[in-house]
Amino acid sequence: MDLVIARPEGLYCPPGDFYIDPWRPVERSVITHAHGDHARTGNEHYLAAAPGEGILRSRLGQDINLQTLAYGETITHHGVKLSLHPAGHVLGSAQVRLEYKGEIWVASGDYKVEPDGTCEPFEPVRCHTFITESTFGLPIYRWQPQAEIFAGVNEWWRANAAAGKASVLFAYSFGKAQRILHGIDPSIGPILVHGAVEPLNRVYREAGVRIPETHYAGDFKKTDPALRSALIIAPPSAGGSTWMRRFGEFSDAFASGWMMLRGTRRRRGVDRGFALSDHADWPGLLWAIENTGAERVMVTHGSVAVLVRYLRELGLDAQGFSTEYGDEEDDATAKTEPAPEPASTGEASS
Amino acid sequence: MKAFAELYSDLDATTSSNAKLAAMQAYFSKAAPEDAAWAVYFLSGGRPRQLVPTRMLREQALLLSGLPEWLFEESYQAVGDLAETLSLLLPKAEHSSEEGLASWMENHLLPLRGLPPEELLERLPTFWSQLDPQSLMVCLKLITGSFRVGVSKLLVTRALAALADIDSKRVAQRLVGYTDLSHRPSADGYLKLIAEESADEHAQRGGQPYPFFLAHALQQPVDQFENLLGAAENWQVEWKWDGIRAQVVKREGRLWIWSRGEELVTDRFPELHSLTQCLPDGTVIDGEIVVWKAAPPEHPEDGEFALDTPAPGTPGEATPSVQPFALLQQRIGRKTLGKKILEDVPVVVLAYDLLEWEGHDWRSRQQHERRTQMEKVIANARSPVLMTSPVLTGTDWLDLGRQREASRSLGVEGMMLKARDSMYGVGRTKDMGVWWKWKMDPFSVDAVLIYAQRGHGRRASLYSDYTFAVWDGPPESSERTLVPFAKAYSGLTDEEMRKVDAIIRKTTVDKFGPVRSVTPTLVFELGFEGIALSKRHKSGIAVRFPRMLRWRLDKPVAEADSLATLQDLLA
Repeated sequence: MDLVIARPEGLYCPPGDFYIDPWRPVERSVITHAHGDHARTGNEHYLAAAPGEGILRSRLGQDINLQTLAYGETITHHGVKLSLHPAGHVLGSAQVRLEYKGEIWVASGDYKVEPDGTCEPFEPVRCHTFITESTFGLPIYRWQPQAEIFAGVNEWWRANAAAGKASVLFAYSFGKAQRILHGIDPSIGPILVHGAVEPLNRVYREAGVRIPETHYAGDFKKTDPALRSALIIAPPSAGGSTWMRRFGEFSDAFASGWMMLRGTRRRRGVDRGFALSDHADWPGLLWAIENTGAERVMVTHGSVAVLVRYLRELGLDAQGFSTEYGDEEDDATAKTEPAPEPASTGEASS
Repeated sequence: MKAFAELYSDLDATTSSNAKLAAMQAYFSKAAPEDAAWAVYFLSGGRPRQLVPTRMLREQALLLSGLPEWLFEESYQAVGDLAETLSLLLPKAEHSSEEGLASWMENHLLPLRGLPPEELLERLPTFWSQLDPQSLMVCLKLITGSFRVGVSKLLVTRALAALADIDSKRVAQRLVGYTDLSHRPSADGYLKLIAEESADEHAQRGGQPYPFFLAHALQQPVDQFENLLGAAENWQVEWKWDGIRAQVVKREGRLWIWSRGEELVTDRFPELHSLTQCLPDGTVIDGEIVVWKAAPPEHPEDGEFALDTPAPGTPGEATPSVQPFALLQQRIGRKTLGKKILEDVPVVVLAYDLLEWEGHDWRSRQQHERRTQMEKVIANARSPVLMTSPVLTGTDWLDLGRQREASRSLGVEGMMLKARDSMYGVGRTKDMGVWWKWKMDPFSVDAVLIYAQRGHGRRASLYSDYTFAVWDGPPESSERTLVPFAKAYSGLTDEEMRKVDAIIRKTTVDKFGPVRSVTPTLVFELGFEGIALSKRHKSGIAVRFPRMLRWRLDKPVAEADSLATLQDLLA
């Protein structure tokens, strides 16, 4: 029997009578991670991985009815054995393993296979059916090792500082921002962050992730000489706003997997694009799928049709799942953003 | 190759001219002369013919990446650029070549042309394995002849002039013809570009033309002209011809014809070769090549203009006149020019400026002086293929404005206004005087978007290339349908394009390959420069330079224009 099916409310587990990352309010929800398109308000019960508790509460409310599990810890609900396993996407992100009458399903939420030091690395979990995302499900997406990307960021920052220009790096405030902070060379100059980023830094620090000292950008005057060598991390929505005026002369850059393509880089209209993603690239998706040993693969948000066809040609039983993921805050189109990204979800669900 | 690829990405990453200038200067100051020679060639628009067939490159990519063909196509659709797609799909290189651009071009890439497939299959992978992703993409663009980057020739000229500390007009002069296919960039050639000015440099040799002086668009209403330009009598006014801008160079007993793209086109126009006998050595004429003949008898009044009767609106029965650009276009594309096409589509030069006379550079003389001398030269030449572009006179700007209304029926694009005291400048500059082009407003109709396709380059992966239709009947006819008549992709802001993209995704009815058909909901005002009957189009009509003027959010689909509107424009 199918342990997960797509319902209007979200991905549903019939024998367990709960939802995974529902997009409409339900009674019982299992949350893979705290990005807005996966963790929504209004559910009566939440179950999530313990390292994600701080962020979930800070985003959905301190008083949500939240139960947490350590990675690998098992609970049983209506006969369904459930455990959470690291997905390597952001702090506290989890794959959901379900076992019922000998059948094993894993719903992976969003995942990335390259370890980054800010969250537990992705762990392949053997299963019969694997539910995978497909945000970057085209072979053109092959990430450079992150060390090279960070070297590029450092070099750009250093060059700007030498020229007396501030360096504004746009990155999603949860996950991407902290990963960048963790990866760059903090000795180059002062690091400033947007008000949306700092609260998440605090949660990461509390979780023991090394995040260098950051200052709230709003505290700086335009005349402050520190700005001339500063790196400023801000959410993409800050681009083009009056908030940017305080930095005087600056160079801007955007960190996202979509920056892999010249067309997106140019449309984004920033000086530099760094192809840094919290999602698996094409080889990463295929590696993860292969390592689950699953014979059946359900593909959600992204390049659904492409990945399904490719997996079928590999001899797997693959099909698409229509979901409402990938339209907020993470690498896909952000609603608050002036500039939606290509390969939008409209494409993916078709 | 690496340094050039870095320059490419620097230029590509910015829209600021100053940043581009700085990037080029930094590159040129470090590059070896032979590499710089090739960089100038590519940056100023030089493009060797395609070196390896596209099909071959695709096959290689499939072979080396192990991907199925459909997945390659999907990838290409998402990227919107073949060279970039290939560079993303080919296996990543183990190391990165330090070999320079010139060595890559001369020792590796140029020799590829015409090689048998087996040989290519062997050589190409060795290249891929030496190039980092950025260099690989640039290299593929060079191979496919699709290298383009957002710098103008003027900007390249400025970069070199600053580097060499010489006048940029001098560099522009030296650069003329640099990108012609017959020219092979060399270290020597590059060093000449940036050499100190020599005393005898002013004496032109060989077939070298002058940089074209380009006009600025004048868009203000005519009642402001008096304020803006002063009295009309200080201006030399001519028709703006719709042909090929060209320079005719006669020196050392030979004739050269250069197009505005600084391409040598002498061979394309054999009927003009007789000018070798008519013009004395040391003569350079600037003018327009147009198709010139008697119009077909059934449409004696159709889009023509008889030169012997410069007063507009005087149609002559079988008097030869200028013919639509579409006819000229038929000739441009041909590899061989048969007798028939030379008879059917004969050309002449309508001269409007004299740049060199008796071997002297006349460009710093005033417009009216050049004009007077030019008229003498043309009169003495007595050639049926060399005529003067007539000067138009009017009592004032309003009068000229009224005359301009005849542009369409005369087959011209509007008027040219040249300051009588203007020198002949370089490129689109204003420091030596100014030329204005006072074009007719484009034709416009309200059309319905019915098909969409994803774009390329900057518009890659957005549905940004559209097919537009008009109704084939009046609103009261119940069975009317939408007939496609034009494709357009420019004119929208990025913001509008994203909105349209989202609507297209939502209203898709069907997909044929990369093309989506949509429920008609979007109306745009389309502008275009010309309109002609066409057997190749379903609508029976072809338009020139169609683009979106604005999004008619206020207009329902039912109120879009019909074929009848287009047919009225034809008349």
